[in-house]
This record gives sequence, structure tokens and C-alpha cells, in this order.
Amino acid sequence: MDTLDAVALARIQFGLNIAFHILFPTVTIALAWILVYFRVRYARTGDGGWLAIYQLWTKVFALSFAMGVVSGIVMAFQFGTNWPGYMNKVGNIAGPLLAYEILTAFFLEASFLGVMLYGMNRVPGWMHLGATVLVAIGTTISAFWVLALNSWMQTPLGHVVVDGQIVAGDWWQVIFNPSFPYRLVHMMLASGLTASFLVAGLSAWRLLQAAEDVAAKKTLRAGVGIAAVLVPLQILIGDLHGLNTLEHQPAKIAAIEAIWKTEKGVPLVLLAIPNDETHSNDFALEIPKGASLILKHDPDAELKGIDAFAPDTPPVAPVFFAFRVMVGTGVLMLLLSWTGAWRLRRDAPPPRWLLWAYAGFTFSGWVATLAGWLVTEIGRQPWLVSGVLRTQDAAGATSEAALGASLTGYVITYGLMLSAYTVVLTHLAGQGSAPAEPRLAGAAAGTKG
Amino acid sequence: MTPDLALVFTVLMGVAILAYVVLDGYDLGVGMLMPAATEREQDLMVASIGPFWDANETWLALGVGLLLVGFPQAYGIILGALYLPVAVMLIGLMFRGAAYEFRIKAEGWHRELWNWLFWFGSFLASFAQGLMLARYITGFEPGFGYLLFSLLVAGGLCGGYVLLGATWLVMKTEGKLQKKAIGWARWGLMWVALGVALVSLATPAASETVRDKWFDFPRTLPLMLLPAASVVAGIWVWRASGRLKRGGGYAPEWAPFAGAVAIYVLAFLGLAYSLFPYVVMDRLTIWEAAAHPSSLKAVLAVALVVLPFIVAYTAFSYRVFWGKAGSGTG
Repeated sequence: MDTLDAVALARIQFGLNIAFHILFPTVTIALAWILVYFRVRYARTGDGGWLAIYQLWTKVFALSFAMGVVSGIVMAFQFGTNWPGYMNKVGNIAGPLLAYEILTAFFLEASFLGVMLYGMNRVPGWMHLGATVLVAIGTTISAFWVLALNSWMQTPLGHVVVDGQIVAGDWWQVIFNPSFPYRLVHMMLASGLTASFLVAGLSAWRLLQAAEDVAAKKTLRAGVGIAAVLVPLQILIGDLHGLNTLEHQPAKIAAIEAIWKTEKGVPLVLLAIPNDETHSNDFALEIPKGASLILKHDPDAELKGIDAFAPDTPPVAPVFFAFRVMVGTGVLMLLLSWTGAWRLRRDAPPPRWLLWAYAGFTFSGWVATLAGWLVTEIGRQPWLVSGVLRTQDAAGATSEAALGASLTGYVITYGLMLSAYTVVLTHLAGQGSAPAEPRLAGAAAGTKG
Repeated sequence: MTPDLALVFTVLMGVAILAYVVLDGYDLGVGMLMPAATEREQDLMVASIGPFWDANETWLALGVGLLLVGFPQAYGIILGALYLPVAVMLIGLMFRGAAYEFRIKAEGWHRELWNWLFWFGSFLASFAQGLMLARYITGFEPGFGYLLFSLLVAGGLCGGYVLLGATWLVMKTEGKLQKKAIGWARWGLMWVALGVALVSLATPAASETVRDKWFDFPRTLPLMLLPAASVVAGIWVWRASGRLKRGGGYAPEWAPFAGAVAIYVLAFLGLAYSLFPYVVMDRLTIWEAAAHPSSLKAVLAVALVVLPFIVAYTAFSYRVFWGKAGSGTG
């Protein structure tokens, strides 16, 4: 029982840290590209307004990036401290992929971020633009490696067993494993949506306070426009990703759809309370034959239920609900972005209710991303690496006391940082992108020659 | 002859850790000096590390990453034994990283609070790293004496980072703040001397392996060059900072920093010599702990291609921000 509790604590601690960490890269991966767009607009037009916009959102980026760096370093340690079994068993796969991320992405991002933030008056314009592009490339490379590893854990391929150790037989197959392309695109789009709703939401917040702020109008339009294009793409990719999951991880799909028994003509469960005791759904609201139709494009097709995978089955309720939160948020994002795009056409002034709606959806990308992350990670249980390593075999021998104490420390730290982050972001946005005050500009200006 | 992958990997990891200690060392040191400065000086100090600290911290991720990839078994033992100090260090690093960004955007008492957290985080992280170092080189032995030793080494490492931070400021600032920094540097140097002396005496006392390696005549004679060189570097820092302080006589402003870095490099070489070939003192050698050759090769191939680029653009970044830190228009 003791070990089980330590496993639970290790999972909570790691899960908490990953959940906290993932928030910031989700913002920065796409925000970096949005900054490239702002920077290019400035380079093309020479309009000081675009420069002010670029500088405001660079601050938001720097803040998010720093939070990502520090929580990411925690991750580098916790991989080994919380999951020694993981590194022992699949370290020869996971290790190099993580090392590639550090080597090819982290240094690139961190070094050129300095130039991007503080070097505007020290390097020629093209070099500053180049630094902005390199930071964006760095964030994308980083996402590439992390998702390669995560996808390999979901759908492992290309590994062989040599001398009792799991090693890469074919790196190409390890990296481009079956679920990787779908997951990468899905995550990139999720980042795009998170960043665009963040930009739109904070701009809306500014416009609620200063309706005539030209810069905030520009960024609101940019955010809404990007979101309006990306949401439908995300729905399409999400569907393809689901079909890929059905092929490679059918147990996860059974949990998502709350299908308990293998049957033909399976109904689509819209809402229900999955009952783990009775292996059935309470208060189910269903569309007859819907699941078979959606997943197999044939109303009478057979779908495997949870029972077909016993005893290695994921918990149904959390996966089922998290999936509905994700999809529900996505649908609202679709409605909001298209309504916004329609209302903002031809430079029409945005109505206040719409601004409030956007302000309320500032962090909606986080909700959807975290829900999606829960679906995919819990849906993989009881495996840590599908078919290769069980979660319970990967936990370490760290004492419950040490885990509990450090967990408390992390919870307090994360709580403080997250509240400070949201407060500062809203505050920054509330001030708008007017030229910064001299004192603030000084502190941010870096060094002079 | 096939190259000794484990050895190559060890060197690579050592370089990453040394780079981390020196680079993040100076910005942690600057963080620890915050309370000793006025508000305006604090802005300058923070501006002097602004473009660099993110990248500096990345070396920690690389060092740990290489340990994890190259020596998974050692990683488990080391980080398992250091679980709590590591957690403390990470929390410290998080606070200072966040505080760095927040303080720029804050005003009034908020700013005071972030300044304080920036100092506190820097100190916490440095102190925890000192504890980790002390525990590591004594092979994680329990006992009161070892605890006392750990606390002293932690103090010494904080002093060492203060030395790096202060000499960095000597290089990057001017006028009154520079004068102050010279004073801080000399103060830090005394702590470093204490820390290095402690470690140099305690490691051979605690471990027979280390004793045999250093005091095996006639090998001892050339080996003594290492401590001798450290002493010379220390005197160099003292004299160069003295000259800068008085303003008489010529000493380049980078001299104290270069001397401080030299002390770190020498101390690092000494430790490396004491430990080698163990990755966990007296328990596990680098060859026993090394991961499967396939993953060592996979990482080395990429590292050898990418590292020159990393060095190049790091150098580029230092070149762009060469000169005195200013709070002016930049």
C-alpha cells in the first residue's frame, strides 16, 4: 500500500508540474509566430503603431517564456526523480529525444530572445527580424521533439530489445511513429488557438477600458482572424487524430465514447455519468448508432468496448468528461471566432458584449489544451509507454515525506506564479501598447554601448 | 580503435556543468547582491544580466539532460539522494526567473516584493546548489559533521557566486556602482577561499580514494600546481580589484572576472580529478553507469554538430551586448 501511495504522490506531483508547464509553451509556440507577423508588418510599413504592438506582445512573450523555462527545468529533473523506472526502461529512447530538444531548441530560443528583447537598437533591423524568426523556429523545434517523445509513448514503434535493454532500432520510425504527425499538428493548432484567443482576449480587455485604442483594435482583429481560420482546421485535424487513435489505441476511444461492451451499431453517448461499478452509463443521452457511424462510417459497424481490453483499461469517467470539456470549449471557440470575424468585417466597431465575450475567453485555449492533454494521458493508462511499460513500474523509491514536502512547495510556488502571471498580463494589456514609461523602458532596455 | 564513448560523454557533461556554474553563477550572484544596492543600481544590475540569464540557465538543463541520457543509473542515485535540495533549488530558480520578469513590469511595493523574491530565489538556488555539491563529493554520507560541512560549502558557493556576480558588475557598470562592486568582489573572494580550502581538505579526509590520488609521491608534485594556480588566480583577483579601486596603476576591468572564472575552472578540474573515474563517489564508475552505446552515439552525433553553433551564437549575443549596462535608451 505504501508504494501505491508514493506512486499516487509522484503522479500528482509530475502531473501538476506538466500541467503547469504546458500552459506556457502553449502560449509561446504560436505567439512567437504572431510576433514575427507584427515585426514584419512594422518592417514593411515603418508604422510606429506596429512597433508599439510588437513591443507590448514581446513583453507578454518574455514573461510566458520565462515561466516555461523555469518550469521546464523542473521537468528535466522530475523525469528522473519521479520516474526512475521510466528512464531505466526506455531511457535510451526518451533521453536522446529530450537531449535533442535542449541542444537544438532551448539554446536557440534563449539566446536570440535576448537579442529580440534588448537588442533592437544594437543590431540592424534585418538582424532583429532574423532573431524574432529564430526564436519562433526554436519554439517550433522544441514542440517537435517533445511531441515526438510523447507520441512514441502513445504509439511506440522502431525500438528493439538488445541485451535486455530497449534501444532505438530505427530513429526515423521512433520519431515519425504512427500518431506523431496528427499529434504535432493538433498541438500546433492548439497553440495557435491559445495564443490567438489570448491576443484577442487581452485586446478586448483593453478596448473595454479605452474604446478608441487603435493598436488594440488591430490586435483584436488579428487574434479573431487567426482563430476563425484555425478552429475549423483544428476540428478537421482532431477528427483525423481520433481515427488514428481508433486504429492504434482503441481502448482510449472506448473510454472517450464510454463504450463498455463490444457491440454492433453502437450509439453515440453525448452526455452521461459513466459508472465504473456497473460498467454502464447512468443518465445517458445517446444518438442511436452514432458512434459506429462517426468512427467507422457505417451505422452497423462493430466497435470494441472497454471490456474487450480488460484488465488493461483506462478509467472511463475522467477521459469521457475531459473529452467533452475539450470539444465543448472548441465548439464555443468556433462560434465566438466566427461571430467575431463577421461582426468585425470592414473595420466595424466591436459591440461591447462581444468584447466581454472575448475577454472571458482569454484563457480558453488553456482549458481546451489541458482537457485534451488529460484525455490523451489518462486514456493511455495503465500504460506509461503503451504495451511496453506500466505507470506503476516506473515510479521511484522516493519517500512519501519527501514527495509530500516538495509537492507542497511546488503547489504554493505554482499558485503564486500563476496568479501573478494572469494579473500582470491583464495589467499590461490594460495599459495598452502606448510607449512605455521611461523608468520601465530603462529597466527593459538592457545595455548600452 | 573505437573512441571511449563514456569518456567523451563525461567530458561533454563536465563542460556543460562548468559552463552552467560560471554563467548562471554570475547572474545568481548579481541576484544575491540586490539588497546591497540602491533602487537605481538594482535596475542597472538587472539590466546587465537581462539578455543572458535565460540562456545561462539552459546549461543546467543540458548538464542534467546529459547525465540522464549518458548515465541513467548514476542519475537515479544522485538525484534520488539529493531529492530535497534539488526541489529547493528548483523552487528558488522558479522564483527568481518569474521575479525577474515581473519586477520589470511592476511598480511601487509590488516592485519591492519582486526585488525581494528575486534576491530570495537567487540565494535559495545558490545555497541549495552548494548543499548538492557538498553531499555529492562526500558520497552522500549521513551524519552531523557532514551536515555542518554541507552548510559551510553552501555558504562558500554563495560567496563564490557573489564573487562572479560582483566581478561581472565591475566589468558591466561604471562609477559608484562599479566601486561598490569591487568591494563586494573582495568580500566574495574571502568566502571562496574558505569554500575551496574546505572542500580541498575535506574530500581527501573523507575519501581514501581521493587521498591516494593526491598524495601519492611523486605524482603529488605536479598535482600541486593546481592549488598553486588557484592561489595565484585569487591573488590576481585581489590585486586587480585593488588597483581598480584605487584607480592608480592599470588593470583592465575584465581582469577580476577573468580571475574569478579561472578559480572556478581550476576548482572544477581539481574536483574532476578527485572523482574520476567515478560518477558516484566510490560506487559507480562512468563505464559502469554509461547508457547503451546506441543512445550515447545518437546524442553525441547531434551534440557535436550543434554545439559549435551554440557557442557561436552565444558569442554573438555577448558581442551584441558588449560594454556597460545602461538604463538609458539602450
